Amino acid sequence: MTGTGQKKPAFTAERLVKTFDVSAPWLSRVIERKPRQLLQAVNDISFTVPAGGCLSIVGESGCGKSTVARLVTGLHRPSGGELRFAPGRNGAPLSVQMIFQDPYASLNPRWRVKNIVAEPLREMKLLKTSVEITERVEELLETVGLSASDGEKYPHEFSGGQRQRISIARALASEPEFLVCDEPTSALDVSVQAQVLNLMRKLQDELGLTYLFISHDMSVVRHMSDRIAVMYLGRIVEEGDTEELFANPRHPYTRLLLQTIPNVQQPNRDRVVGGGEVPSPLKPPSGCTFHPRCPVAIGRCSAEVPEVRTLSGGTRVACHLVEEQVAHAAR
Amino acid sequence: MGETMDQPILEVRNLTVEFPGRHGTVAALSDVSLDIRAGEILGVVGESGAGKSMTGLAIQGLLERPGHISGGEIWLEKRRIDTLDDYEMEKIRGRKIGAIFQDPLTSLNPLFTVGAQLGETIRQHLNMSKSQAKARAIELLGEVGIPSPDERVNHYPHQFSGGMRQRVVIALALAAAPKLVIADEPTTALDVSIQAQIISLLRRLCKEKRTAVMLVTHDMGVIAEAADRVAVMYAGRLIEVGPVNQVLHASSHPYTRGLMASIPALAARVERLNQIDGSMPRLDAIPDGCAFNPRCKSVGPRCIREQPELMPAGDGASACWLNAGGTA
Repeated sequence: MTGTGQKKPAFTAERLVKTFDVSAPWLSRVIERKPRQLLQAVNDISFTVPAGGCLSIVGESGCGKSTVARLVTGLHRPSGGELRFAPGRNGAPLSVQMIFQDPYASLNPRWRVKNIVAEPLREMKLLKTSVEITERVEELLETVGLSASDGEKYPHEFSGGQRQRISIARALASEPEFLVCDEPTSALDVSVQAQVLNLMRKLQDELGLTYLFISHDMSVVRHMSDRIAVMYLGRIVEEGDTEELFANPRHPYTRLLLQTIPNVQQPNRDRVVGGGEVPSPLKPPSGCTFHPRCPVAIGRCSAEVPEVRTLSGGTRVACHLVEEQVAHAAR
Repeated sequence: MGETMDQPILEVRNLTVEFPGRHGTVAALSDVSLDIRAGEILGVVGESGAGKSMTGLAIQGLLERPGHISGGEIWLEKRRIDTLDDYEMEKIRGRKIGAIFQDPLTSLNPLFTVGAQLGETIRQHLNMSKSQAKARAIELLGEVGIPSPDERVNHYPHQFSGGMRQRVVIALALAAAPKLVIADEPTTALDVSIQAQIISLLRRLCKEKRTAVMLVTHDMGVIAEAADRVAVMYAGRLIEVGPVNQVLHASSHPYTRGLMASIPALAARVERLNQIDGSMPRLDAIPDGCAFNPRCKSVGPRCIREQPELMPAGDGASACWLNAGGTA
């Protein structure tokens, strides 16, 4: 599933903004004379997800990647910008479903698995008779590698990986064409993670699904995606084809991320670790938000916000230095 | 590991931990033996429920009732500690054994300044005056890489970021210069760039202070970068132990090999990840013979009948009948 440059977009986000009001309660604000406090969780980001492909959003905690997932699925209303879904199978906009991170929290412990999986069918009135619903549920459970008889059990009877399979079955119940997966394997052990990732790849090939994949794990992202967008403090700092991004990371933050992942194959035991941590999104630094941690920051970086520029290879980068290098090379 | 090396700081011999329950007794740990030398990091890996944290808790005497040590011995600096009473153990924890837990926010008291918490630990174990303890606290914060420690010592935990908090927890664990530090998933709650900082800090402190470190984690990447030797656990047993390169890249146990193969590679992309089918058995339903046999690709008749013990394999040991010579 590589080389999707020509594929038409299944989903487009344009200048998406999400601001949360995290002010203290009204009375405290009045007494302490504090202003309202706003948190820019997602700050002017644009991206497209290719039809039948997989775009991954990576970044550290607090960078806004989960907020993007929730905006796309409509669990949050955007404060600005546009979300556009391409027409799906029957002309109506693409249908979306979501897989959540924690399979221990996303399944109702009091419901039998068959009812959990059937809920979207009943709720959206997709099938009429209970016979049809039972058949469909059994088929779904088998699709995700469980047996039809597992429908009678409760979630606590399953292991983490099996529960994640149940939540995938539930997400597939309404036959969506677009799945938003928010860290679907980060609560799982590696051997089980491999099972779930393999299943997701298989389903993508068989059902022609489009994925928006949210993760903090670069190796998982590399395995799953065609394109990767790297987020830092609410902005996309770099977006490009998976192979290109790994072979030739342009943004200093992408390079930092790639350097600091512990590598099992070639461990780097004497690494020199760059200092610094992600600043609070409540008080983001001026200019390029990465400049206090950036090893190659120049004067402009603390003053101007870098624009996202598209390079020749299709990679989009928001960095003054890269911009200047490109301008220099063109001269 | 040659015989010429100095005596291990920690020796665990055939440790068995049991939890009696309504439906019979469950063995959370069976026959676990390991040792750690001064200045050495032993990585303990395994899936959740494999018993890696349990091993750390048992060594510290922190097992929750009704769990108890039902067999085996734990020796710390040639002193047997598993038979000590609570009062004696309390003197050992902090003084001889330092602990670093996963979540730095829950291991610090939000109501006291970092300095007060460090000072308390220092004065509890070392004979120091208040001002001496404060000076030592500042020194410790500096050692773990916290900028302007003389100011930060008066701050509360919430004024620190996640990575800085974990540094404070490490300072707290090292406050009384313990011989052994048990770090239970010290980087799991942190971001990758911060994780790298904490790993290199742990490595530096371990080598400088000649502390024995037991690093419990599920992350093979962390093990590859931090540990000197690795112990792999599965269903409450130690199934393989050896030098980090051997265990990770030339393992003689099918489980370790499968685990390594199931990690998505950073270098190249494969169409399909190698997966180990099934999941780890529950502790009350461990199959006969080798606990891994239902998931093992090279299973033989002997694996279903007999429990393999750790057998020498290369520079380490592995509990698999494939290493017993001949076939399984």
